[in-house]
Amino acid sequence: MLLNQFLLLGAVLFCIGVYGVLARRNGVLVLMSVEIILNSVNINLVAFGALNDDVGGAVFALFVIAVAAAEVGIGLAIVLLMYRNRRSIDLSEADMLKG
Amino acid sequence: MTGALAAAAADGDLLVAQNVFFVAIAAVMVFSAFRCVTTRNVVHAALWLVLVLAGAAAQFILLGSEFVAVTQVLVYVGAIVVLFLFGIMLTRASMGDDETASGEKRVMAAVVAVLLGLVTGGALIESFSDTRLVINEPQPTSLVSDAIFSQYIIAFEAVSVLLLAALIGAIVVARKD
Repeated sequence: MLLNQFLLLGAVLFCIGVYGVLARRNGVLVLMSVEIILNSVNINLVAFGALNDDVGGAVFALFVIAVAAAEVGIGLAIVLLMYRNRRSIDLSEADMLKG
Repeated sequence: MTGALAAAAADGDLLVAQNVFFVAIAAVMVFSAFRCVTTRNVVHAALWLVLVLAGAAAQFILLGSEFVAVTQVLVYVGAIVVLFLFGIMLTRASMGDDETASGEKRVMAAVVAVLLGLVTGGALIESFSDTRLVINEPQPTSLVSDAIFSQYIIAFEAVSVLLLAALIGAIVVARKD
């Protein structure tokens, strides 16, 4: 196998995730796109770990999974709070901090 | 990329089965990710996300990292997707369609994504186009655990505290007063 096939897969998934973050208005769907981005990073980490025959890649992939779990918990709590206060999770309406 | 593939095939060390599985799984992952960010139905988006996450676990198996693959299935497919489905159900106003984003916003997002893909893809092809990945045997889980609890112990403790803080923070943010 070539290293690049995994890296290019990660790059394509990353771009799809970036598109989702920028184009979606529903808060939950934006969080899902962030998960796709974190997964593409994980593929890169594990691929480089396999290339260098080092466990560091796998270890940091595990850390990324843990951080992603924390991020989803907090993110969904914030989306829920937004829904409770405004009856909407449309992120383009969340502009109260705009000057 | 194709040139490098042809060169590898000429050398005769192209692992056919692994590459066939890679291409099949990668195609499923890319299609699912695309549907996940474009489908109008929020629940369908969560189900497409499951396919992407399971495909990533399969890629970890191909790369020989069994423990990461199992953790991916347990944490992502088992826990995070359920969390997403609960989030969708609790914000039920948007259970059906995602209110479609304006056309201009979509076009700009697509332009940004394509440019990013061209830059990163070009850089990767330029840097790693003939780097081989030889995976003889899966990575033993004992090596991973040894590394976590010796070399990376400080990072591990930091992640533990982060998870605790996130747990408490999520309860504080989401509870009703």
